[in-house]
Amino acid sequence: MATITRPPRQHRGARPVADSHDFPTRRYDLVKEFVIALAVMALLTTVLAAVFSSPDENAITMRSWAAADPDDVVATATGELAGTTTSATYGAPYNHASEGQTLLGIPLQKWGGARIPVDSQDLVLQPLAGVSGDPAVTKALAAWKGASATQQAAWSAAYADALAKAGGDPAKVANGDFGPVPGMTAEFLALARSGGLEGTLTASGNFYGGDQTRSVLLLSDGAYLEDRAVAQQLGGDQWGMMNETGNYPGQPWMWLYTFWYQVKPFSTSANADAQVWGLMMVLTLGLLFLPFIPGLRSIPRWVPVHRLIWRDYYRSHPRE
Amino acid sequence: MSAAPQVSPAETGGSWTAWLRSKITGLVPAGQALPDRQPAYVASWIYVFGVLTLAALVVVIGSGLALAVGGSAWWHTSSLGHFVNSMHLWSVELFFAVMVIHLWGKFWMAAWRGKRGLTWMTGVVAFVASIGTAFTGYLSQSNFDSQWISAEAKDGINSIGVGAWFNVLNPGQMLLWHVVLLPLVVGVIAVWHVVLVRRHGVVPPLDAGPPERSGG
Amino acid sequence: MMTAPEIAVLAAGHYVHWGVIKVSVTNFAIIVSMVVVFVLALVVPFPHGDRDGSDRHRDRS
Repeated sequence: MATITRPPRQHRGARPVADSHDFPTRRYDLVKEFVIALAVMALLTTVLAAVFSSPDENAITMRSWAAADPDDVVATATGELAGTTTSATYGAPYNHASEGQTLLGIPLQKWGGARIPVDSQDLVLQPLAGVSGDPAVTKALAAWKGASATQQAAWSAAYADALAKAGGDPAKVANGDFGPVPGMTAEFLALARSGGLEGTLTASGNFYGGDQTRSVLLLSDGAYLEDRAVAQQLGGDQWGMMNETGNYPGQPWMWLYTFWYQVKPFSTSANADAQVWGLMMVLTLGLLFLPFIPGLRSIPRWVPVHRLIWRDYYRSHPRE
Repeated sequence: MSAAPQVSPAETGGSWTAWLRSKITGLVPAGQALPDRQPAYVASWIYVFGVLTLAALVVVIGSGLALAVGGSAWWHTSSLGHFVNSMHLWSVELFFAVMVIHLWGKFWMAAWRGKRGLTWMTGVVAFVASIGTAFTGYLSQSNFDSQWISAEAKDGINSIGVGAWFNVLNPGQMLLWHVVLLPLVVGVIAVWHVVLVRRHGVVPPLDAGPPERSGG
Repeated sequence: MMTAPEIAVLAAGHYVHWGVIKVSVTNFAIIVSMVVVFVLALVVPFPHGDRDGSDRHRDRS
């Protein structure tokens, strides 16, 4: 009689797995199992929702931003006019001001193209142009538009410096040649305070809005949004991608994505976003193709958790 | 119960209907679409996490449908709406928890064996698609969370050039991705995944030899 | 709809620090619960259904 021997380990991948349909069976009610599972999940969800609820922190309005941090509004408006804000220097998809991030030297960000054109100066100029019945604003805007780009840059950069020296308080700014910038930014703040800025930056001219791109860009050009987020541990270098406001559950499944941002070289890299994405894409492909990766696919054999799962089967079918 | 026999093009006379019928009925072995018996080795609590994931997905979709009835801003002003939102959040947390436990179990069982590689892969894609769906959900809250998450996420997505088309700062776009496009993707992949499980059957234990024919 | 000025910063939740790792207590509880449930699923015995006809094999047709 031929002896049945186990095939050598290196050919294990080629050994066929027995057809599951050939094995002894027992009665099992799949539909009942699903109905019970549904009842359990529905009940668990209801209890958790009733006990713990869900967060709903109000969105920051332009008005609340102006009330909470007026100096930030003025500094942001100045920066937009000077072309020094994050959005003004972003690159694709908003403008061509920067080459953007690269991954292994490949300029992926730039390749996307500036398909969502945003003029950062217009984030300030457009709402101001909508103000009517205020000759001071009209005059300031005319002075701004009549000046050369170099003059505009000089005025706004000088005012930004002066603001910084004055601790951000426009009232304490020393005298200097700032052109119409102080007046424009003060009017911009007043507009924000009155609620006149809400909605003016959504898809312009469209009653229904729905696209908040320009509003969010303006808000994130300031420091207030990030200050609020960092105070709630939502910042990028605070594992923020995993977190939620207050004590609410966050997104634990984002742990690995946000982990890389906490460690070098990503934490100090100018291309961190593209690099982390690239790395996570590789790891995801690794997970996807795990069954075909030698070594990785053998881990379940080396660490025999399966002996626990199928302990009844192994007890009644001991290995020869 | 027997499946409709596979038909060759010659027999169907080129009938698309007959071809499609044969493809559909051939997807799963006869009697295995909803069998009332399982292999005896399917005897561990780890096996319930697949169906728990499906059940959680049903609750996610159901609570989402309820939110859709009230509209995207309903939950900010209605306490019932807020409760439904809470159901949606917690069903999502449960969904991911049981799905990951299901993944852990399937990994330690090396459940891709026996031509089940595609089952594993559709599971991974469903996982990744679910993360994307949840992401667009977070963007659709119309509150501080949405503002911050969109402001941050745009940098990641813009950095690889995708932001030119997929604009996370556009709630109108993100909401439609969240309630229409991505649930369809997740749904289709989940169905495909389950069909594959029924097609190949539950993977036998590691090193299980072919069962003896003689026993009764 | 006019909203009141938001002067106060709402309090952050509770966090656990361990070296570079910083995780919210809630998220940590979720992760720990998942591991516990996983281990329980492995070790808690699964009720065996009746074994009548349990050795029926697939009909070879």
